[in-house]
Amino acid sequence: MTLPLTRREQLDAVTHRSAQPDWLLITGFVAVAAVYVRALAFTPPEATQGAAQRILYVHAPSAFVALYVAFALMAVSSLLYLGLKDEKLDRLAESSAEVGLAFTTVVLTTGPLWGKPIWGTWWTWDARLTATLFLWFIILGYLVLRDAIEERGMRARYSAVLALLAALLIPFIHLSVYLFRTMHPMPIVAKPSAPSMPPNMLITFIAAFCAFVLLYAGLVRARYRYATLRDLVADEEAR
Amino acid sequence: MLRASWLVARKDLAIEFRTRTAYFSALIFALLGLTIFYFAWDATAVAAIDLAPGVLWVIFTFSGLLGLQRSFGVEQADRAMDALLSAPVDREAIYLGKALANLLFVIGVQAITLPALVLFYNLPIADVILPLSAIALLAAIGLVAVGTLFSSMAVNTRMAELLLPMLSLPFFVPIVMAAAGSTAKLLAGRPVAEAWPWLRILVAFDIVFIVACTLAFPFTLEE
Repeated sequence: MTLPLTRREQLDAVTHRSAQPDWLLITGFVAVAAVYVRALAFTPPEATQGAAQRILYVHAPSAFVALYVAFALMAVSSLLYLGLKDEKLDRLAESSAEVGLAFTTVVLTTGPLWGKPIWGTWWTWDARLTATLFLWFIILGYLVLRDAIEERGMRARYSAVLALLAALLIPFIHLSVYLFRTMHPMPIVAKPSAPSMPPNMLITFIAAFCAFVLLYAGLVRARYRYATLRDLVADEEAR
Repeated sequence: MLRASWLVARKDLAIEFRTRTAYFSALIFALLGLTIFYFAWDATAVAAIDLAPGVLWVIFTFSGLLGLQRSFGVEQADRAMDALLSAPVDREAIYLGKALANLLFVIGVQAITLPALVLFYNLPIADVILPLSAIALLAAIGLVAVGTLFSSMAVNTRMAELLLPMLSLPFFVPIVMAAAGSTAKLLAGRPVAEAWPWLRILVAFDIVFIVACTLAFPFTLEE
């Protein structure tokens, strides 16, 4: 039978762990660096877009991680939080939001860099672009909201409510803008027919997805550990 | 529950009717907005009829925020919220009552601003007055559903006045787009059927967010 750890013991355990190297995070960074090398040196350029196409290996995986991993995890753990009231879920949502903000920022900066030479414009109010921009605004708002509430339980409930409403909102924004014409390239890999990409590029593309998911996992775990430590210290000080 | 909601709404409207400060500040804000927007464009280059839908919906959104700010702000004084919560009514009923009062507030502002816009911008609306009112009502419902919930959250935070617009405005994007899009179609003399996709978005938004915000409201209260 194991006794529940006292707060002091938890704090010691977390402090001890944070002194160890974070191998998951290191692997994530190494994997992303390796994908860069492969994408720049060992993958042929695309026929019409030339070198500009290579930004795809950063842009698409970041978008995937931001929208379908970070934001989805934020919404799901918020929903579970409102049901279970477990602080761990709130810390997970918080960590995922902050890391997701970083990935969304990458999407929003690499997109225009590609758009300028290919579309001839930095920005256009296309459905995906607009939805991503507002996702970015909402995650920022979410983090500011968290910052503006002192009481921990209230902060967790309010931010969970906001995350859930945001999960309902993003499809609406996407749909509304879709009523205007859309200009964003259609999916070329995840579609019903076979991927229309030469195998060499496809391998780089898939490797990039794996590397970015790994980096995301490493960052979220590090951020989550920080949140745990911060809350434990706050509890310790409150006593 | 509907009876309880109506009581909450009537209480809020009675407070508003006796002071009238929020209503008149929102109304004057909206009217000032109309005139300022007119001079923000070159009237000889852009026809007023092209500006009007955008101006109308931006102004409704912002003046609506002024009213929403007040909604839970009035419950802060003397911790009136505690009295409301200890009353034997469902928490969902409090939300619906608050939202209803806010809806009437926004409609009240629209009822003056819309004719003023027609007058100032010289719009031909005689044929489209009914569909236009329907759009205004649908948009107001969506605006208020989300805004009321965020108002109850924002008052409990530091910098409530800044947080309410920051949280609400992203949610107003589909409303403003759909309302302005359909208004533009109607003012251009297009058949109502062309505005239909936009109207469907408005209706869907209203239904989804009334349900979601009613369910979420109890979580924003102290336990």
